[in-house]
Amino acid sequence: MKKLLILALLSTSIFAGKTLDAIKKRGSLKCGVSTGLPGFSYPDSKGNWVGIDVDFCKALSIAIFGNGSRVKYVSLNAQQRFTALQSGEIDVLSRNTTNTLSRDTSTGLNFTTPLYYDGQAFMVRKKSGITSAKQLNGASVCTQQGTTTELNMSDYFRANRMKLRPVVFESNDEVVQSFVKGRCDAFTTDASGLAAERSKFKKPEDFVILPEIISKEPLAPAVRQGDDEWFDIVKWTMFALIQAEELGLNSKNVDTFKKSKDPRIKRFLGRTPGVGKSINLDEKWAYNVVKKLGNYGEIYEANIGMNSPLKLKRGLNSLWTNGGLMYSPPFR
Amino acid sequence: MLKNFRDEKKRALLIQVLGLFSVFAFIGYLFHNTQMNLAKLNIATGFGFFELEAGFDIGESLIEYWSDDTYLKALGVGILNTLKVAIIGNILAVVLGVLIGLGHLSDNWMLKKICRVYIETVRNIPLLLQLFLWYALLTEGLPAVKEAIEILPSVFLSNRGLNIPSPVDITSFSVSLIVLIFSVIGYFLLDSKRDQLVNETGVESPLWEKLNFLVFLLPIITWALMGASTEFSVPKLQGFNFTGGYNLTPEFAALLFGLVIYTAAFNAEITRAGIQSIPKGQWEASHSLGLSKVDTIKRIILPQSLRVIVPPLTSQVLNLTKNSSLAVAIGFPDFVAITNTTMNQTGQAVECVFLIMIVYLTFSLLTSLFMNWFNKRFAIVER
Repeated sequence: MKKLLILALLSTSIFAGKTLDAIKKRGSLKCGVSTGLPGFSYPDSKGNWVGIDVDFCKALSIAIFGNGSRVKYVSLNAQQRFTALQSGEIDVLSRNTTNTLSRDTSTGLNFTTPLYYDGQAFMVRKKSGITSAKQLNGASVCTQQGTTTELNMSDYFRANRMKLRPVVFESNDEVVQSFVKGRCDAFTTDASGLAAERSKFKKPEDFVILPEIISKEPLAPAVRQGDDEWFDIVKWTMFALIQAEELGLNSKNVDTFKKSKDPRIKRFLGRTPGVGKSINLDEKWAYNVVKKLGNYGEIYEANIGMNSPLKLKRGLNSLWTNGGLMYSPPFR
Repeated sequence: MLKNFRDEKKRALLIQVLGLFSVFAFIGYLFHNTQMNLAKLNIATGFGFFELEAGFDIGESLIEYWSDDTYLKALGVGILNTLKVAIIGNILAVVLGVLIGLGHLSDNWMLKKICRVYIETVRNIPLLLQLFLWYALLTEGLPAVKEAIEILPSVFLSNRGLNIPSPVDITSFSVSLIVLIFSVIGYFLLDSKRDQLVNETGVESPLWEKLNFLVFLLPIITWALMGASTEFSVPKLQGFNFTGGYNLTPEFAALLFGLVIYTAAFNAEITRAGIQSIPKGQWEASHSLGLSKVDTIKRIILPQSLRVIVPPLTSQVLNLTKNSSLAVAIGFPDFVAITNTTMNQTGQAVECVFLIMIVYLTFSLLTSLFMNWFNKRFAIVER
């Protein structure tokens, strides 16, 4: 309600081209994250936000301020996320959110390039003996309200002429609880989310994720429509992470490239001016991001890849040179 | 002009008109500004989405619903689910509340204390916590569906809820049931009519007494006319869940228990207050006339205390209805839950919040109207 009122009262032109100025004036970036999804955005034992979505917020903060700590994290559930962005409560939504046509067009936001290519899957108890999602006819399935998951699940069951008994909760915790207690036969969300939740269970080995991936879920950061400058910054920060990996730059070795003769690296690190001026940032913004945070591969492995409890393979999220979808347009 | 301003009546009118105008202007400004902002942000507006395919399934519904039905129908399912819990919940909460209120005034020390403890405990714990507790008890305390307990023949209890046989011909069954409810009301009306006749004429007609029961033939006749179907669909464990019969889900049960038990505590206090507001002299007078305690309560005390009870009771009826929106927390697809999903799929927060407000306002105003009518009808006519 409060948000709606803000939306109603805001003068009409506050957003256009003003996001970056507002962030600089405020001295911090307001980043919308989830209420807690391991690997993506999750408060660690000391209460610090960690995860790949959180690292993207840090990358933006480094690109703008040269410092990754100037982020205010706003924890949002699936319900609140779009309204929070629409009303200006946050500057960017970096919260495992799927880009879809209707969200991109009618909710007043713009999705940038995906941070993680995901797909929806089902998790069941091992002792149920189920090996395929096609065997789920008549099953009770737990899921969270206000997600694309709800729709994909309905589509999948309808397409396969199976009967579905959805049990839908507002909070993700309640969904997981109900599944663990046995209220539902299956639990569905993005495959990465399933792996993340399973890593929190007492006995993760008692649960299996079924092989069927029933949807495309490109999880992408989103910004408000109507501020192209800010949209570009968010989009190109993501490209910088990919480009760094492609060029073989990472947080440990980037300084050794200071004298590199490769014109692509010279441009990328800002030694040949251009990449900063064109989007109103410091010339060395991409260098700072790589130096202080790392490239896409580093962020991936640390949060959700093999160096994390989630142990998700790169798969679709490999660089295009390795047969994945991570591809950056040229920095020039 | 100045002369008019000095006239108190005209001045008051002027101020009122100005006040009204500024309120409307402010609402108009808000409305216009919202529209402009939404258009600027490229957010769709209007209720065009009603006609679009909803695309999501709903766990339980009173009418047939598929995921390829429209948003309008999905919202309708939500309204019916809310009404279901509100109507059943309020009836149970009022009955339970009155009983506990009377119990609290009982001479039996034990009963009195039990009622007191119940009221004080339940009233002082937040409703949401109680709902979580009930839901946890039902889903965690009951056995898994494969180990369901058969508490009666063909009645199964598990953490998927209570599965009971249901008649195959659901329409004739429900129509007969409605007729039965009217018959019960009719029976009591005839009964009081007979009392009145006896009081007026002093003649007791034995025929009346017998004929009274004939009212109960009506539902049987209805049922016979509609095909007299005796076929029952029996719940059977098939694959993951029970199929056939009627399924009382743990979500609905937890919501109903939580709301009824919480609201009944308030209703009990209202009943107690209403009864205690009647002067002691009324009890003594009734007692000296030789009326029994039950008769005293039924004929002397309750009718008088109703005018104290009904207005606050109306608030509680409204509260229960509004509190049913906490259903989202425990997964019951009530109106708010379905509107939330709709809001998220369409992105039209302003319209959806407006819808929620309108629907609850309508529920509340209709309830108030009914309760006010009830109050007028049963209040003591003051002399």
